[in-house]
Amino acid sequence: MNTKAVPPKKLPGTQLPGGERTALGVLGGTLMVSGLGQSGVSRLILLGLGGGLGYMAARGRNPLATALKVDQNAQGDVQVREATTIGKPVDVIYAQWRDLSGLPRIMSHLERVEVLDGRRSRWTAKAPAPMNEVSWEAEITADEPGRRLAWRSLPGSSIENSGEALFRAAPGDRGTEVIVRLTYRPPGGSFGAIAARILGEEPAQQLRDDLMRFKREQELGYNPTVNGQTSGRADAGQRKPAPAAQPEVRRDLGSETHRKGEQ
Amino acid sequence: MKAIVWQGVNQVGVERIPDPELLLPTDAIIKITSTAICGSDLHLLDGVIPSMEKGDVMGHEFMGEVVEVGRDVKRLKVGDRVVVPFNIACGVCDFCQRGLYAACDNSNPNHRMAQALYGATSGSALFGYSHMFGGYAGGQAQYVRVPFADVGPYKIETDLKDEQVLFLTDIFPTGYQAAEQCGILPGRDVVAVFGAGPVGQFAARSAQMLGAAHVIVIDRVPERLAMAEAAGCQTINYEQEDVLVALLESTGGRGPDHVIDAVGMEAHGHGPGHALDMAERVTGMTFDRITALRWAIMSCAKGGTVSVPGVYGGLVDKLPMGAAFGKGLQFRMGQTHTHRYIGPLLSRIEAGEIDPTFVITHRATLDEAPELYKTFRQKHDGCVKVVLNPWA
Ligand SMILES: NC(=O)c1ccc[n+]([C@@H]2O[C@H](COP(=O)([O-])OP(=O)(O)OC[C@H]3O[C@@H](n4cnc5c(N)ncnc54)[C@H](O)[C@@H]3O)[C@@H](O)[C@H]2O)c1
Ligand SMILES: [Zn+2]
Ligand SMILES: [Zn+2]
Repeated sequence: MNTKAVPPKKLPGTQLPGGERTALGVLGGTLMVSGLGQSGVSRLILLGLGGGLGYMAARGRNPLATALKVDQNAQGDVQVREATTIGKPVDVIYAQWRDLSGLPRIMSHLERVEVLDGRRSRWTAKAPAPMNEVSWEAEITADEPGRRLAWRSLPGSSIENSGEALFRAAPGDRGTEVIVRLTYRPPGGSFGAIAARILGEEPAQQLRDDLMRFKREQELGYNPTVNGQTSGRADAGQRKPAPAAQPEVRRDLGSETHRKGEQ
Repeated sequence: MKAIVWQGVNQVGVERIPDPELLLPTDAIIKITSTAICGSDLHLLDGVIPSMEKGDVMGHEFMGEVVEVGRDVKRLKVGDRVVVPFNIACGVCDFCQRGLYAACDNSNPNHRMAQALYGATSGSALFGYSHMFGGYAGGQAQYVRVPFADVGPYKIETDLKDEQVLFLTDIFPTGYQAAEQCGILPGRDVVAVFGAGPVGQFAARSAQMLGAAHVIVIDRVPERLAMAEAAGCQTINYEQEDVLVALLESTGGRGPDHVIDAVGMEAHGHGPGHALDMAERVTGMTFDRITALRWAIMSCAKGGTVSVPGVYGGLVDKLPMGAAFGKGLQFRMGQTHTHRYIGPLLSRIEAGEIDPTFVITHRATLDEAPELYKTFRQKHDGCVKVVLNPWA
């Protein structure tokens, strides 16, 4: 596997094998039908996606791959990419990433990263039951302070993957642009990844959520929330446990406020 | 506490729900002394803004007294009397720093949805305005939780009455921004305002304050047109006249130099374009009815501005882009950057340049609010603006 993310092909999306093409056509139709039964935003999105799927299935190209920022390289590896701009200096942001053991705070699919030596580390990620977690050994393949950090799993790992984070100063004193590219080999080919994405388990959305959460943590020191607010619903005022993909940051803060009369 | 709760399309009701609590150290709790119903609330009532959930608390135009502050709140104190902008902004992101509070990067916990629809990170969250805009409980209630309490709430330290300053939370800044972004040349430019609702009324008066030579207001509701006439505006009832012909005639064939669409996506109208909008809406292919926007583009003079405070949510069709291009129009639109207007507009109120109470036609209790939502929507009983006292 290449250490650098392989540039996506010029064609939008990726070439589809015949079987997937038929399946996509069917999926497109299904999405459009379910879109018609929905309201609001999901309707717009489902109708759009459904129409796109049908159309692209007819053209033999994987539409969601383009629409949802999932690319595949010639070897069939899935690549997800996301970028954000954070109002903090480059060295501050780079330092957060270079501290590998702190990466699980940024990337929510990671459970922990143990640094073994200057180059090698052991990464553990959450996985669906019955596995619950998977781990692999990885090595740093590039470390250019304030510019780029790259890593990849060592040969023989259960999940072959690699990643890189690029850092550069945003023009006009706007802080740091962070570009993250993750590459991995999905279990069931491109279709497996797409189906997973629709179910909300696809890493592109997760990466976007992760970077947004990281940005807010850097800029505000916390993430905004409405979890636990009042409403006319039965669960009004109750805090729901944060979904795995969106762990709440600094959950303790709310309880440290003071109320009138207690000052 | 008592609150107005969204119970489904066409249904709001008064319910007793738990009092709000601080969730973060930068929050404050405000005891609401006055709150209003907005044209934007009608889009929620009508179900054209997606992602409302049963049980959501309505309301984004409110003011009151600070009764509780989180540990990290520095500027606000218990007892302060404040007006609260309808947008929720963090104050530190690049957009907030540039005064583009409605584009705040950091206030919407549910940033996913907007990104999927709009192709960019979400704009600011809004109070009481659907989960796509953050799902924050609103202020048609007795209390409200206000996040980023040092950023939004603006202290009122004079003895102006609630009703004189309440509209600094939304419709006055909204009308003002709509006029300001036209770049009116004082004593020269003619401004037309589609929609004589509360936003249109403030847009028309703001255009006058900014020196417009002449202001023309278009609607079909006689009482609303009369309110604009009382301020010295010319009016056109689009049901009695061909509005495009009337506007050309009123401007010596040039068209208004700037046109404000203070109607938004639920425009009433007629003609083939409107029939198409309705057909599309019934089949669910789009939400937005754009008669007013079409008229705005078609009537605007060459080189003019189409300024759009009216809310649009989804897709539109048959937009006269060729006319806009051919005339070299400039488009300005979006949610109001309310925070940056409160101070300057408060000064204008204090100086007696405008008394915002002119727009109030109905005063009521929370219990009466569901009924008044209907009155306001149907424009019955001369209703232009409803102010609620949550403790009456
Ligand atoms: N940009 C913002 O930040 C912001 C803030 C507040 C309100 N708004 C929006 O501004 C719009 C107006 O708000 P409002 O409170 O005045 O609402 P409103 O519903 O009271 O007023 C709308 C007016 O438009 C008139 N109208 C309908 N179709 C028309 C047409 N084709 N031509 C001319 N007039 C027509 C109606 O008769 C009504 O008087 C709404 O879309 C609201 O959501 C935007
Ligand atoms: Zn409003
Ligand atoms: Zn901000």
